Amino acid sequence: MIPHLFRTEYSRITAVLCSLFGLDNIGVAEDIASETFLSAMETWPYKGIPANPTAWLYVAARNKALNYLARNQTFRTKIEEKFRSANHEELAFEIDLTDNTIADSQLRMMFAVCHPAIPVESQIGLALRILCGFGIDEIANAFLTSPETINKRLYRAREKLRACSGRLEFPAPAEIRNRLDTVLTTLYLLFNEGYYSESDDAVLREDLCLEAMRLTYLLIENPQTSQPVVHALLALMCFHASRFPARRNQEGDIILYEDQDDSLWNQELIAKGVEFLHLASREEKPSRYHLEAGIAYWHTVKADTHEKWENILQLYNNLLMLEYSPVAALNRTYALSRVKGNKTAIEEAEKLKLVTNPYYFTLLGELYRGIDDKKAMQHLRAARSLARTENDRKAIGRRLSSFHGN
Amino acid sequence: MLIFRHQDGKKLASPEQMQAWMKQTMDWIGGIAAQNKFVEGNGLPFDDARVVGHKGVVTNGPFGDIKETLGGYIIVKADSVEEAVEFAKGSPVLLGEGNTVEVRRLSRH
Repeated sequence: MIPHLFRTEYSRITAVLCSLFGLDNIGVAEDIASETFLSAMETWPYKGIPANPTAWLYVAARNKALNYLARNQTFRTKIEEKFRSANHEELAFEIDLTDNTIADSQLRMMFAVCHPAIPVESQIGLALRILCGFGIDEIANAFLTSPETINKRLYRAREKLRACSGRLEFPAPAEIRNRLDTVLTTLYLLFNEGYYSESDDAVLREDLCLEAMRLTYLLIENPQTSQPVVHALLALMCFHASRFPARRNQEGDIILYEDQDDSLWNQELIAKGVEFLHLASREEKPSRYHLEAGIAYWHTVKADTHEKWENILQLYNNLLMLEYSPVAALNRTYALSRVKGNKTAIEEAEKLKLVTNPYYFTLLGELYRGIDDKKAMQHLRAARSLARTENDRKAIGRRLSSFHGN
Repeated sequence: MLIFRHQDGKKLASPEQMQAWMKQTMDWIGGIAAQNKFVEGNGLPFDDARVVGHKGVVTNGPFGDIKETLGGYIIVKADSVEEAVEFAKGSPVLLGEGNTVEVRRLSRH
């Protein structure tokens, strides 16, 4: 049985049923999907896994949905009403689970879930649950919070969803670019959740990233949403994901970029990223994803050339002009140090004054290394006191002990 | 607002020099943006410029003496005119003799 079969099919079945029943009945759709897996768990261990597990699941889901409609006359009438008012000629209770319908429903679900009216945190939670089929515990683990918190968040989000719209509609062509921005932001944040997650579950962390990539790829497969900005985001994700095997050691500690074994980098993913970046360059005005993808691309080149850091510096310059962020400012300053030397970078760094940010001090610490080791260590100690996680504290500690005579 | 005045770069610099100049400008603006003090900016090409005068008389070209031609501007967030002046001092435009950067406060921001 393929890994993640249930998780994958959960999102597909839910999406198709939601298209049928409408967003305000999303609870019913999810229940039927869950019951389908319950049935599988009740039979497969004893009767053996079916030759075509997916088909089995779809037949089961379909039957359960039909049963539900048969048993709940009021519900069925409500649905029929909806169809009538939407001028559908026949009641499509066929529950079509073909490839096209699934992809289509999932896309529509994505736009529904990533709705500007829903708080971003909730969008991600909802996406993980409905689009990716993650369990509440898994989501709580990823967000480093409790299942109760997640349940509350999802409950409120579902309420908002129901209030927002009836049927699962694809946004009108004129609206797509706008709505796409919200979707992309959520997918980007979803990816970052996995990439920067402090959760101990390494498999979970990677899965989050892979899910974000899968959903982004769904957008590319549909001509209406296959826009350069989406290619840029996917390129960015590919480049970052290519370094997964090298990012952590056996104990789960973070291995910094300079120390990574680049033979572990996934060249195939890098190549895919380059392909997508190329497609993304169809668009003249670069979005922040274009710029970040460019920066990520240069990081796939391990060699320490002047050209590499020059390019990264310019990309950060452009990124900051487009949209300021402390992370970009700090990374830009690091790139500056590789192009113009530490002294110049220190001057610019001290102008940033990000005194509540631990990474500000780790940067200063590294820049002062070799120039004024005492100051460097002072800065690193300041960083350690501001550090937000145990992993970060340990990493800074390792930096400190690398100084002579410490 | 920081307003640059310099001669038309196209006429004096080689492509190589222009690229280097462009890079210096990007680095300078990048430094301001990194401090979260950059708002926006634009170059003002010398082509397609017109001057419309009294009674609708239109002449070609940017206004004024060639040394005073506006080449572009950036808008920064500064707490004082002194801070803005410090930013201006870093502009690569000033590497050229006779060029200037005028610093003006925006009345509505």
